[in-house]
Amino acid sequence: MRRIWLLLFTIGLPLFLIAPALMKLPRSSPNLTAPSVEALPQSGVSNPVTAVLLNYRGYDTLLEVGVLLLVVIAVWSLQESRWRELDASEQRPLLMPFLRLIMPVLVLVSGYLLWIGSSRPGGAFQGGAMIGGAMVMLISAGLSRRFSTSERRVRAGLVVGLTVFMVASVTTLLWSGHILCYRQNSASSWILAIEVAAQISIGVTLGALFLGGRPRTLSPERPKLEVNRD
Amino acid sequence: MIQFIFDCVLVLLLLSLAWRSVTDPDLLRSIVQFIIMGLLMAVAWARLNAPDVALAEAAVGSGLTGALVLSAWARGCRSGRKGGPK
Repeated sequence: MRRIWLLLFTIGLPLFLIAPALMKLPRSSPNLTAPSVEALPQSGVSNPVTAVLLNYRGYDTLLEVGVLLLVVIAVWSLQESRWRELDASEQRPLLMPFLRLIMPVLVLVSGYLLWIGSSRPGGAFQGGAMIGGAMVMLISAGLSRRFSTSERRVRAGLVVGLTVFMVASVTTLLWSGHILCYRQNSASSWILAIEVAAQISIGVTLGALFLGGRPRTLSPERPKLEVNRD
Repeated sequence: MIQFIFDCVLVLLLLSLAWRSVTDPDLLRSIVQFIIMGLLMAVAWARLNAPDVALAEAAVGSGLTGALVLSAWARGCRSGRKGGPK
């Protein structure tokens, strides 16, 4: 009972204090909706959300992609993944054919989400989440070994988004003097390139996070994969 | 009218799920409530005419975060914390 009173008090008191200020707010607050819709034809895409994320406020998205990479570096430095690779005898007889069926569909849908993002809801984050979800399924089904056998490719996938984004930033900085300020005729190509790379990185990042640690070190007959550890 | 009722039910469900997902003594149940809250939140974003955010919320906020929290829960049980699986 006391908790409820405490809750009412903590919610009620700020409300009571804020309410008078809220009443005095002007009806139409100043915002950037009109200018951003006006500039849409020059942005290279026709979906306003994608235009904001990758053109008007591209810098924010650049930092977001960088943060995702930092998170994976932090998780990988903590511990080795504890997901166990299942032997062929342990694998579920129905799950494996189902995965074989569903994986191409997931990849296709993620590509569709990326492509549709230029004109309708969708984009790199949603498409990347599809890839991440596919990886979650593969890891939980006991197929995490690919993370170890193709670790170099996984690492390339992790950094490709930030790399392409940085290349775009530097190029546009040299061309126009502003970071991520594209020329009108090349804007959509830049955005597409960045989105493809960012989508791969987001997908691999989410999969790597679910792995919960750096890929397991493989048995000693593959010594070249064990460099740069610890 | 029917939309108004739908929205009211949605808001009430969201609030109660949010409250219960942090107060439920059973960890697994609170995780499940958190995931359901994420899905309903995606519906709420769709009702607010923000399909982009709805997609991201459903995929990342509910799906992947849910998977991460569940796997953390499974790991917590293995090391024998309180509230973990029996």
